[in-house]
Amino acid sequence: MAGSFNQNAGLDVNRPRLNLNHENISLETRDLNLYYGSSQALKNITMQIPSQRVTAFIGPSGCGKSTLLRCFNRMNDLVDTCRIEGTIKIEGEDIYKPSIDVPELRRKVGMVFQKPNPFPKSIYDNVAYGLRLQGIKSKRTLDEVVERSLKRAALWDEVKDRLDDNAFGLSGGQQQRLVIARAIAIEPEVILLDEPCSALDPISTAKVEELIIDLKESYTIVIVTHNMQQAARVSDFTAYMYLGELIEFDDTANLFTNPSQKATEDYITGRYG
Amino acid sequence: MIRRWFKSGDPWIWLIGGAVSLSVIMVVGLLLLIGVRGLGHFWQPPVVEATVTEASGQEREILGTIRTLETVSAQSVRESGIDVPASLNFVERYLFKLGNRDITGQDFEWFVADNLSEFRYPADAIQLERREWGDFFGYLQAIKENGEVIAEGEAAFEALPPRLARANAIMAEINHLERYEIGQINKNIEQLRLERRRIELSDELTAAEKAQAYADIEQQVAGFNADYEVLFSELNEVRERSMRDALVATTSDGQSVTIPLAHVVRATRANTMGVTDKLMEYGSRFWGFLSEYPREANTEGGILPAIFGTVMMVMIMSIVVTPFGVLAAIYLREYAHQGPVTRMVRISVNNLAGVPSIVFGVFGLGFFVYFFGGNIDQMFYPEALPAPTFGSPGLIWASLTLALLTLPVVIVSTEEGLTRIPKAMREGSLALGATKSETLWRVIVPVATPAMMTGLILAVARAAGEVAPLMLVGVVKLAPNLPVDGEFPFLHLERRIMHLGFHIYDVGFQSPNVEAGRPLVYATAMVLVALILLLNLTAIAIRNRLRERYKSDSD
Repeated sequence: MAGSFNQNAGLDVNRPRLNLNHENISLETRDLNLYYGSSQALKNITMQIPSQRVTAFIGPSGCGKSTLLRCFNRMNDLVDTCRIEGTIKIEGEDIYKPSIDVPELRRKVGMVFQKPNPFPKSIYDNVAYGLRLQGIKSKRTLDEVVERSLKRAALWDEVKDRLDDNAFGLSGGQQQRLVIARAIAIEPEVILLDEPCSALDPISTAKVEELIIDLKESYTIVIVTHNMQQAARVSDFTAYMYLGELIEFDDTANLFTNPSQKATEDYITGRYG
Repeated sequence: MIRRWFKSGDPWIWLIGGAVSLSVIMVVGLLLLIGVRGLGHFWQPPVVEATVTEASGQEREILGTIRTLETVSAQSVRESGIDVPASLNFVERYLFKLGNRDITGQDFEWFVADNLSEFRYPADAIQLERREWGDFFGYLQAIKENGEVIAEGEAAFEALPPRLARANAIMAEINHLERYEIGQINKNIEQLRLERRRIELSDELTAAEKAQAYADIEQQVAGFNADYEVLFSELNEVRERSMRDALVATTSDGQSVTIPLAHVVRATRANTMGVTDKLMEYGSRFWGFLSEYPREANTEGGILPAIFGTVMMVMIMSIVVTPFGVLAAIYLREYAHQGPVTRMVRISVNNLAGVPSIVFGVFGLGFFVYFFGGNIDQMFYPEALPAPTFGSPGLIWASLTLALLTLPVVIVSTEEGLTRIPKAMREGSLALGATKSETLWRVIVPVATPAMMTGLILAVARAAGEVAPLMLVGVVKLAPNLPVDGEFPFLHLERRIMHLGFHIYDVGFQSPNVEAGRPLVYATAMVLVALILLLNLTAIAIRNRLRERYKSDSD
């Protein structure tokens, strides 16, 4: 149930100042440990991610932020050696319990990857892919959803005359927005963005960022980024991770202006390492 | 200086360039040889008349076409008993095609150039391609109708073509009667024999019922026999009609010969033909080569059954090997746990490609023909036993053996294609809530189709050129019937077939008349190469279209 779980102040030592009392909680993790074989990639992560907000994960490469993101739609299942302890709940439901239907979960938790990965199909078929998986065949429904999704992804005007062209004919930025359109076409509750702008030029990046801010009205958004300005621009909350640990999680404005941890301060001021 | 040259990398470029040009030259040379020899065979050469002076001083006239001219050492010619002036070290000798095998016993003969007079090109020389005994060379004298001479001299040449066309039309009619109508009756009678045998083997019928059924069958057989009598008398009547016309010709040594036109396929008056006539004759002969059945122990006539057999076999092979290979590759790459067992399987598959093809032939014979085919016969065709139906080599077994042979190629290239697909594409699909199999069938397999086509192209190229295993599992020297005809079930998978590759071997090395067969070896080889090229180009065209459709960054 959205928002039924409220922040218990004593739960997380890393976030003494953060108060999420007024937020609905969408995602929450408790004592999450993740191992690749014998090496531990996430250590005791406990956090709550509010719904209809943008939450950014920052931190140096290899700190586990992408790994954490991929826990939320169980993408880590694809790695044979991956093992998870602890709980992750989405809308109060444990997504690692055995009875969970993983494809169904992934339908609720959309994901956009670092490099644009459209399918080698037409633009239309790319956006309609998720709907067709759900067995929707009606041409009218598909047309409507494709148009709506492309409009939301601010791509409609650029591609409306060539919906049947191969998606690989689009530019990188357009491809990334197409992938976002593809993700929102199936109406997920959460959208995970894994460094969505790292392969894009500044203009495309600006467009995608605008889109993210626009989308948070309807979706819970979690974004992993290397770009601290980007985190500062688009997110409401920011988490700083280091070596698999959650160092600090706070209101974005707070975290960037007045970090409570020395490590966070070093990182955002560029004295890291 | 030299060191610098070595360091610059130039020697490598020269080496590589040299290797590439050498390969190209060899391939082009091969194709040229086959093409020139193969295509040259259908060109009408001039018919040469010459006088030969024998060692004894006797002279004799010869008439024929020149096949080859070569220079040999005088020593070896002397050793074979031919008198050559002692001053000469090398002599030139001609191989003449003299034809007339029925009269002189040999249709090719070598002549040392010094023993030959000037060549003459008589205008009344004709070359006949006959249904039996090979070619005939002679001088046309007259045309006879019902034994009466109706045209002589120049008029005979004018009377010949229409009458020959009539005779050929009647021969086609005879062929139709024999092959299809009488053949049909024979098949029906055979069917009834099998029916009778089936009743004999049946346990369910009482003796009285059986007797009744036998009587029925007897009656039907009698009906067919009556039909046969009618057809047979019709056939005799047509045969008689075909023998109406004949031509009279003299051979080079002056014998007069009468040849019924029904025995002649083509007649050419080579020395008066212009280039246009020769080109038309060329086209007609080439088309005949592609569209006719072989005659005279495969040394004459066409290769239609061999072309047809090769194409059918490759097609059935492709239909069988593609699904099996693709499914195996998908399982190995996508579902199987990537452990030592999978690695073992993969190594075995790769090594399977290196097994000599004759081994596959032996396996095909033992497993497919004897075990599979034998059991099919036991179960479904007991009435025909001991004569085998599927339990003997045939089209289906040849195709299956080849499918087995080419399976590794398809598996390996499909796997290659699956590996090349970026992980991001898979994850993109899974992240949208697709299951593994949905991802596979909707995204991965379509993207991998060009790779599968590549596998199929390699498989086709290998299968079409394979000969050794086929000799064990279904390819024969001469197959009386094509595997496809108008009779139910239209596609006869159990029939033996002819094959271009085996045809080359047979004509070149198994034929009683080596010289007659030699040009056919090249011509058949050329057709085989062209056919493989055609099959491959088709597959490549399909692949390029697919590539265009599923074009992605990874290509």
